[in-house]
Amino acid sequence: MSYLSVTDADRDAMLAAIGVATVDELFQDIPAGMRFREELAVKPALTEAELQRHFEELAAKNVVDEVCFLGGGIYDHYVPAVVDAVLQRGELLTAYTPYQPEMSQGVLQAIFEYQTAICELTGMDVSNASGYDGTTVAADACFVAKHATGRTKVVVTEATNPQVRQVVKTYAPGFGLEVVEVPHEGGATDPDRIRAAAEDAAAVIFQQPNFFGVLEAAPDLAAAATDAGAMPVAHVDLISLGVLEAPGAYGCAMAIGEGQSAGNAMSYGGPHYGFLAARSDYVRRLPGRIVGETVDAAGERGYVLTLQTREQHIRREKATSNITTNQTLLALAGLVHLSLLGPQGLRELGETCLALAHHAKAELQRAGLELVFPERATFKEFAVRTGRNAREALADARKKGVYAGYPLGRDYPGLDDALLVAVTEKRTVEEIAQLVEALS
Amino acid sequence: MKLIYEKSQAGRRGIGVPQPPDGLDVPELPAELRRKEPPRLPELAEPEVLRHFTQLSTRNFGIDTGFYPLGSCTMKYNPRINERLVGLPGFAQLHPLMEDEAAQGALELEWELEQILLAVTGLDAVSLQPAAGSQGELTGLMLFHAYFADRGEDEQRTNIVIPDTAHGTNPASVTMAGYKLTPVRTDARGNIDVDDLRTKVDEHTAGLMLTNPSTLGLFDENIEEIEGIFHGAGALMYYDGANLNAVCGISRPGDMGFDVVHINLHKTFSQPHGGGGPGGGPIAVRDVLEPFLPVPVVARDGDTFRLDYDRPKSIGKVRAFSGPFGVFVRSYAFMRSYGPGLKEMSEVAVLNANYMLARLKGTYDLPYERLCMHEFVLSARTLKREHGVSALDAAKRLMDYGFHPPTIYFPLVVPEALMIEPTESEAKETLDAFCDALLAIAREAAEEPETVRSAPHSRPVKRLDEVRAAKDVVVKYRFEDHPQQVEAQKGA
Amino acid sequence: MAASESYPDELLYHSEHDWARIDGDEATLGVTWFAQDALGELVHYEAPDVGSAVSKDASYGEVESVKAVSDLISPLSGEVLEVNQTVVDAPETVNEDPYGDGWLIRIRMSSADEREQLLSAAEYRKVLEDA
Repeated sequence: MSYLSVTDADRDAMLAAIGVATVDELFQDIPAGMRFREELAVKPALTEAELQRHFEELAAKNVVDEVCFLGGGIYDHYVPAVVDAVLQRGELLTAYTPYQPEMSQGVLQAIFEYQTAICELTGMDVSNASGYDGTTVAADACFVAKHATGRTKVVVTEATNPQVRQVVKTYAPGFGLEVVEVPHEGGATDPDRIRAAAEDAAAVIFQQPNFFGVLEAAPDLAAAATDAGAMPVAHVDLISLGVLEAPGAYGCAMAIGEGQSAGNAMSYGGPHYGFLAARSDYVRRLPGRIVGETVDAAGERGYVLTLQTREQHIRREKATSNITTNQTLLALAGLVHLSLLGPQGLRELGETCLALAHHAKAELQRAGLELVFPERATFKEFAVRTGRNAREALADARKKGVYAGYPLGRDYPGLDDALLVAVTEKRTVEEIAQLVEALS
Repeated sequence: MKLIYEKSQAGRRGIGVPQPPDGLDVPELPAELRRKEPPRLPELAEPEVLRHFTQLSTRNFGIDTGFYPLGSCTMKYNPRINERLVGLPGFAQLHPLMEDEAAQGALELEWELEQILLAVTGLDAVSLQPAAGSQGELTGLMLFHAYFADRGEDEQRTNIVIPDTAHGTNPASVTMAGYKLTPVRTDARGNIDVDDLRTKVDEHTAGLMLTNPSTLGLFDENIEEIEGIFHGAGALMYYDGANLNAVCGISRPGDMGFDVVHINLHKTFSQPHGGGGPGGGPIAVRDVLEPFLPVPVVARDGDTFRLDYDRPKSIGKVRAFSGPFGVFVRSYAFMRSYGPGLKEMSEVAVLNANYMLARLKGTYDLPYERLCMHEFVLSARTLKREHGVSALDAAKRLMDYGFHPPTIYFPLVVPEALMIEPTESEAKETLDAFCDALLAIAREAAEEPETVRSAPHSRPVKRLDEVRAAKDVVVKYRFEDHPQQVEAQKGA
Repeated sequence: MAASESYPDELLYHSEHDWARIDGDEATLGVTWFAQDALGELVHYEAPDVGSAVSKDASYGEVESVKAVSDLISPLSGEVLEVNQTVVDAPETVNEDPYGDGWLIRIRMSSADEREQLLSAAEYRKVLEDA
């Protein structure tokens, strides 16, 4: 099945107008040695019905019926039906980047509304239209900080998501940046350690709540970075910002993160969207697209991409980033979800996660299991010691229909017996009882 | 049209959220960490929310709406079955940190997608991780560094050669990768100027970044000689896959001599553009570069698949997890619906473009007297000189005829450029209607230029003031303007 | 709104479309009519700091329109004495009056001989014609 409309008659008419006899002649500029004359070594074409069958078979080989307590940056939150309905509007789904604003007021206004929402949640002055994901926006923040401060080092807490740290380290050599990690102590980060490490740093990146679900002393971490002349950058969870303070309110220069919790299905890791917001001082250094308000020739309000001179298509090798395609549609999904929640709904969502996670912690402790960081306040995730090898505990729990969590030993020394357990508003008291039963 | 914030009324709710079950307390958060001021998110009921976004969509134009001939963007049909497939619970509800054993369907899909990319590119290994073409470029350049470092040549090889017709992402990626840019000129036939090239490639060259066919829609006639120059100097060749739609099954970048290729899944393989993204920028590489690929790599052991993290020479990670999986589902579905017919896809793309070129070249200026590939560049310089009507004006006027304009003012080497790429999924009548419109605009330029210069007339907005947006930067809603706020201020 | 094309005879020019007005050991610098016409209406001026050094043929700042960025190439070397705040606040002043109110910086020259290498108005006009 193909999506071509060309008929033999069409082909003949077009070839005649062009002035060649065959389609093959259109490729005469390709040297003979580079013409591929075989058939492509790919499986035969499928009709739509066959496609459906093939993909259903593949999907059936994935396990999605075990109760999900996995987190680690991607979460099983409920995505409302209106989100899907909006994303399926062909005028939005199949539109290109809005470089021709008169054709794209829908997307442009939606991005402006998204930028507003991100600024509101994070307490910042300007947001871009999205980055690739929660890891690459950390690399973006390092690039901004380097050019804003002239310093060539960045500090990242060890309690920040391991994949975020890994991506920052992959990008750092090209940026000419050194990356220093500050270890966690008892599941959180000591501001004095940050102050010391950040003396010659361009930025300090910390996660709130951190990878262990623990609430850091974020205002103190931000202050420590500022004292050392580094830009404090908070990596945050949008869903938490109805109950947790905005980074802009406690002295951060930038706020970044993975937006998936708001509006996106987990979908084996993507596509999702990274968000990046900053104080107004940094607006000209920001990577990615930014939508601005203006008027048209009749004086009516409208929206356009603005400050495009930052971007690759104009500034080329001096651009603030090479990013072109971003994650607009996924960010739009986030906006729709946040619009449905409103401030009340977002707060309630955060409180439900807090309450259920707290209950799970209490029940696990009641069953004799130990928390890894028992004195630390947490949000919707926490680390629990299984009393044995965490992978084995996970395997046994899976046999009881519970995917109990993420084995932390993969990323942190001394935690081979620990699982990171996430509890979202989709989990019930009964499911938590199942979790406890499966682990004890 | 009002912003959603302007429609917001205090106290309205969109959706309900599960409340903490009876008897469960909400633990108190430390005071200094607690939110003090609620965020000013919109407060609307669900019907109003859906209506708002539906109304927004009617002010937008997608491929579903009409012809969208943006050069180098490959705005082809996005099959609707793909949306259904990506929503299958077995994909949508799969957490990326599941053990490999629980994600066999996803991993098998990734493997099969890679096999097709290998067949199309003629190379040896793939990473699906990069989230977009630009990220693929950066990843490719990181591979260059790793390859040369492994051979003790990284300090010496500091430069990347890029033609002056290159898409802006190429030089931007060069900078982000810590390389220096060496530009090379384009000759009168639209090829890289080989004489200029010879003076620019030496032992300090890490490699070339090239799109072939180029942004002019022309296949470089000297590609064999260019390959000899770069590989002869011990340098590598990077292929920007933005224009792959022209050559699937017809010429393979690996056979052209390229060592790294990025593929834009949102171009050639139909991932919907979504108003700016998501995309996918997987890379295919020659075997000498395989050890350096980002981690993890998809591996196959008989009938089972796994993510291999044991990659000591890997450059690291450029994105979370294995990549944008939902994009893979759609692209793989698109590829499976064509099978070996991907070749016909490219043939029709090139046929459609040449047909339009034949109809338009008598009226608009043609910078390069050659057959084109899947796209072509015209110039409106005569219209500008004789009637004061620019490429921008023509583009805005096309909107009144019901079309999305082509790319304008790119590539930079052509003044008043119009870069047109029809793709294979358009019917001949559509191509004819677009050509008729462009020819009509050329007549209007001579007879009533003011109509063209003041276009568009039939869109939801008139021509927008981009200068004002850049000088008076407003990037979020001013809540103090909200009617309830204004009322509250009056009362105070 | 934009000025009409002119290249005053009393100024000296650089082939990168910048001008200099010499006054004793000081010089005032700006961009030519051609430059502002090519860029379109200016929206931003990234100026150097007062007290910083500028070098002949090197960039000392940037101007931006909506669709382009241009380095400001200094025709002479020296120290920045003053930055034109009017242009910082209203960059379009350069389009309206590129040689008067649209001046960009004033410097103390470090090497007065450099002026010998600059072009006269007639020579600069020829550069434009040949392009």
